[in-house]
Amino acid sequence: MSERLHILVADDEPGMRMGVERALRDFSVRVNDVNEDVRFEVVQAASGEEALERIAERTPDILLLDHKMTGMTGLEVLERILAQQLDVLTIMITAYATLETAIGATKRGAYDFLAKPFTPQELKAAVRKAAVHVVLTRQARRLAQEKRQVRFQFISVLAHELKAPLAAIQGYLQILKDGSAGNNPAVIGHMIDRSLVRVDGMRKLILDLLDMTRIESGTRKRELVDLDLCDTARSAIETVGPDAASRKITVDLHAERGVPVHADRVEMEIILNNLVSNAVKYNRDGGRVDVTIEAAGGTARVTVTDTGIGLSQADADRLFQDFVRIKNDKTRNILGSGLGLSIVKKLATLYGGDAVVQSQEGMGSTFTVKLRQDGGAAAEAAGAEGQAANEAKAAGGSAVKAASAGGAAAEAV
Amino acid sequence: MTSDEKKTILLADDDVDYLLQTRVRLEGAGYAVIAVEGQAQAEKVLANTRPDLAVVDLMMEHTDAGFALCHHIKKKDPGIPVILVTGVASETGLEFDSSTREERSWVKADALLAKPVRFEQLQAQIEHLLKEKR
Repeated sequence: MSERLHILVADDEPGMRMGVERALRDFSVRVNDVNEDVRFEVVQAASGEEALERIAERTPDILLLDHKMTGMTGLEVLERILAQQLDVLTIMITAYATLETAIGATKRGAYDFLAKPFTPQELKAAVRKAAVHVVLTRQARRLAQEKRQVRFQFISVLAHELKAPLAAIQGYLQILKDGSAGNNPAVIGHMIDRSLVRVDGMRKLILDLLDMTRIESGTRKRELVDLDLCDTARSAIETVGPDAASRKITVDLHAERGVPVHADRVEMEIILNNLVSNAVKYNRDGGRVDVTIEAAGGTARVTVTDTGIGLSQADADRLFQDFVRIKNDKTRNILGSGLGLSIVKKLATLYGGDAVVQSQEGMGSTFTVKLRQDGGAAAEAAGAEGQAANEAKAAGGSAVKAASAGGAAAEAV
Repeated sequence: MTSDEKKTILLADDDVDYLLQTRVRLEGAGYAVIAVEGQAQAEKVLANTRPDLAVVDLMMEHTDAGFALCHHIKKKDPGIPVILVTGVASETGLEFDSSTREERSWVKADALLAKPVRFEQLQAQIEHLLKEKR
């Protein structure tokens, strides 16, 4: 990608303006963090007054501003820019770089200084620094904006997901109250059952939401201990036992030996419980679930295979996103919050791994989650308390930090 | 109910709770109700049954399954009044109504109701259309 930044050079010496234009004509700056090449377009102004006119026509990205000009001085121009709250990065050009002028200009929002006389190299170094700052600041702002957008969307879908079961339950209660169902106990029983199913779905959604919030905000203190993933798998299998038994689904654990991981117990339970309960939920009656736990090269691998309804490639591609539930005839009566797999993926990523699905429609699905046995980034994050707070701070402060923090957040959501 | 025999209503909606609630209320109001969860089931019913009126949800198996179903009902028997229920207006801002003859011929529905539909509203619409037919 390449971007063109607009530079205004305001100086009453024609030679200086020409020199700047010539030096920057074929100059380009590489901004590695965003993988962008920046080139420059230079416009000249021979006085402070003219500089303000040019700025009014088009706000430059970077302003090279001579401190001492006949007529309006550089500091006055700077004041006007500040008053208008323009998004301009100013480099003051000063003949006598005294501490006093430096402080005065900084107070008025100058970003950097260039002492006259300067070499083309010095000019380029100053412009390079300013350009990188401009690009990264904008990038950070864009990411923050995207992040806000994703949040809004999440909240709006969430509100809908909470409203739907409430409306259904309200409808049933209303019918029971006004007696329009008559007194057929079968019909009344059915309506009560449906209400309970919807309450249950809502409860599950709220629990998943809490899990997700805890993972993302970092407010819950992560406690990394050495544990055996096979134990976690066994307890997940035990939990689904009654559901599996009632539908004659066999659930087996395959592990040759224990698989130790350095991880948070609750987070490992979330992963295994989600995978195993999904494998039962989306299975056919009399089907099978095979849970395999193994390790190689420092990576633990959890594979959960079911003989269920499976899903199409298009559906598989979006399965790990928030609130994605595959809607079709086979899934219509299966309840789910649409957050479970998205949580699994977030956790796997945190532990330096990944979560993927392979599936064949009508045949079944295989979910594979990989985790680094040493805990990966989760181990590092566990040490850094209040990480989320720091990220928030970085978004307003250093552009470089904000860009990377924003990137991580965008990925996480 | 002024008529001697019960009128039969075909009710198609993929929201099982809305379907059950509406069915129970319609039965309470004296109608016979055939409740189905989608276009495919509705077509099966239509193969050997002629309902007196149909209430069809727009988005079922596909986003426009309701349109297709309305079309099939009218093709089978233009005399069956159809009420198309849609969440489209509230969800997408897209609007249409069937107040003019021209629009009705395109949509193939005699009335459109926007979700959320109050039962009283639906009942009034049903009674109105059944009365027109008589």
